[in-house]
Amino acid sequence: MALFTYETKKDTRSGFGAGMEYLSLHNPKVVALCADLIGSLKLEAFIKNSPERFFQTGIAEANMIGLAAGLSIGGYIPYATTFANFGTGRVYDQIRQSVAYSGKNVKIACSHAGLTLGEDGATHQILEDIGLMKMLPGMVVINPCDYNQTKAATIAVAEYEGPVYLRFGRPVVPVFTPENQTFEIGKAVHLIEGSDVSIFATGHLVWEAIIAAEMLQEKGISAEVINIHTIKPLDTKAIHASVAKTGCLVSAEEHQINGGLGDSIAQYLALNLPTPQEFVGVNDSFGESGKPADLMEKYGLNAQAIVEKSIKAIARKKVN
Amino acid sequence: MQTIELQKVASQVRRDILRQVHGCQSGHPGGSLGCTDLLVELYFNSMTLKTDASGKVVFQMDGLNEDVFFLSNGHISPLLYSVLARRGYFPVAELASFRKLNTRLQGHPTPHEHLEGIRIASGSLGQGLSVAIGVAQAKKLNGDSSIVYCLMGDGEQNEGQVWEAAMYAPHHQVNNLIAFIDENGQQIDGPTEKVMNNLDLEAKYKAFGWQVLRVDGNDMASITAIIAEAKQLLNNNKPVMVIMKTEMGAGVDFMMHSHKWHGVAPNDEQLATALGQLEETLGDY
Repeated sequence: MALFTYETKKDTRSGFGAGMEYLSLHNPKVVALCADLIGSLKLEAFIKNSPERFFQTGIAEANMIGLAAGLSIGGYIPYATTFANFGTGRVYDQIRQSVAYSGKNVKIACSHAGLTLGEDGATHQILEDIGLMKMLPGMVVINPCDYNQTKAATIAVAEYEGPVYLRFGRPVVPVFTPENQTFEIGKAVHLIEGSDVSIFATGHLVWEAIIAAEMLQEKGISAEVINIHTIKPLDTKAIHASVAKTGCLVSAEEHQINGGLGDSIAQYLALNLPTPQEFVGVNDSFGESGKPADLMEKYGLNAQAIVEKSIKAIARKKVN
Repeated sequence: MQTIELQKVASQVRRDILRQVHGCQSGHPGGSLGCTDLLVELYFNSMTLKTDASGKVVFQMDGLNEDVFFLSNGHISPLLYSVLARRGYFPVAELASFRKLNTRLQGHPTPHEHLEGIRIASGSLGQGLSVAIGVAQAKKLNGDSSIVYCLMGDGEQNEGQVWEAAMYAPHHQVNNLIAFIDENGQQIDGPTEKVMNNLDLEAKYKAFGWQVLRVDGNDMASITAIIAEAKQLLNNNKPVMVIMKTEMGAGVDFMMHSHKWHGVAPNDEQLATALGQLEETLGDY
C-alpha cells in the first residue's frame, strides 16, 4: 500500500528559486549573490523582479562570502549562492571567520549537493558539506526534501537572524510535502508512524525512506519515518521519543557517514539513550560520474539500502 | 583636528600599542606602529562618525550614515583597539586586558565579544576588502552617501581573495570605497620582494580598474591631504586604492628598519627605552 503519493516531480533547486521569487516581492531586505551560476540556482525570477538586489560575483566564491558578510553588516539579508562544493568546502575559512565567528546574518544557499548532480563527477559532488557546516559554532544546517519544503525553507530562513547553510540539489524528485507549508527550523516532521524501527532521513533520502517503509510493511515490519530537514539544531526531542518507542534506528543521508546527520544522532543517543543504529550514507569514499539513480544504487543510498539496514538494526535490537 | 594635535594622539596611541603588547608579552607591534598615523587621522579627522548630542561616538553595527573602517590585516589589533578606545568607543582602561583570558580585546579583532567599534573578525588574511565592498554596496542600496575605508597589508596581497575583490569593485562601480595598502615591504619570512614579490602594485590595481594614489604613511599632513584627494576621485565612479609607504615600528628607533618586531613583544627594558621616545600626551591607561 502506498503510504504517500505525489503528482509531480521537481528539483529542489527550483523550490529555492520559487522561494527567492517570493522573497523578491515580499522581503525588501533580501539580496542575492551568485558566482556565475544563475541558471543552475534558478535565480532568474529574483533578478527580474529586483535587479538592484542581485550581485553577480563572477567565479569568485571567496569574495562572494566576504561581500555577503559586508551586506549583512549594512542591514541586508544576503543569500550567497553557488554549487555546494564551491559554497562550503572551497570557502570554509571565509565562512568560518567572516560569517560564523563574526555572527553574520548570511544564508549560504547551495545547489548540486551530493551524488545526485550525476555526470559531473566527484569534483562537484560534495559529500562533506553538512559536516563542515555543522561543526561551525552557531551555524544552522538545513537540507529540505522536496520542492515545496525547499521553497518554504528558503522563505523561512530570511526570518531567522543568524548564519544558515541551506542545501539542495539538482535531480527531480517527488513533490509530496504540502504546498505553502510552514517551515519550522529545527522541527522534525513525522511522516509515518511505526513501532519496529525509526528511520531518520534528510534531503533526497526522505522519499527513499518512505518507499523503504512501504517495502518493510510488506515484510510485516512497522517503520517510523521522520524527516530531519534541520541537521543543526537537531530535534533531539523527536528523535528521543521515536527511538524510545522503536528501540532501533536507521539514519539516511546523501552525505558521508562521517560528519553527517547520523553522526549527530549517534552523538546524542550515546549520551542519552544508547540504541542500535545503522547508517545509510557514503562510507568514506568520493563519488564518480554516472546517472543519479545508478550512483545512488551503487553507493547504497536508496530505499533498498534503507530496508536492508532497517532489518539489520532490528536484528541487533533482538540480540541486545 | 590640526596636524599637530593628530600627532599628539598618535604619540599616545603608540605608547598604548607598546604597553598592550608588553602587558601580555604577545602581539604585533611593528605593523601597528607603522599604521598608527593613518588610523589616528581617519578616526580623529577624516571620518565622519556617529555621535550623540554631546559629541560622544555611538557604535551601531550597521554603520548607517557614518563612515566606517575595516581592518583586514587584523594582527595590528593593538593599534585599532587603542584608536577605538581613545576615540571613546570603550574605556581606555580596557586596553590592559589585551590578549588576556576573558577579554573583549582578542588577539585579532572580532565582533564575537561585542567590542564597540568592531564589525567583522579579521586575522585570517585577505578577507577584509571583500567585506568592505559588501558594506559599500549596502550603503548604496540604503541611499547612504558616506564612505567605507579599508586597510590591508602588503604581505596580504599574496592572498588570492584580494584579487577577486580587486576585480569586483571597479566592475560594480563601487565609488564609495577608499582602500589602503600598508606597504612596509616586510612580511613574516622576510622582505616582501624576497618572500613573494608584489612587483608594481600601482600598475596592478590600475589594470584592475582602480584609481591609485601614493602617500608617505608616516607623515600626518600628507595623509590628510591624500584622503581629501581620494574623496574627490570617487566622483569618477571608481574605487580608490592608496598605496601607503610606511616604516614598521615607526616612532621607536630600535624597532624600525627591520621586520624583527613584526610579532615580538618588548621586555621591560625595551619598553622603557621605547616609551622614552614617545610623549605621553593623553595619559597612559
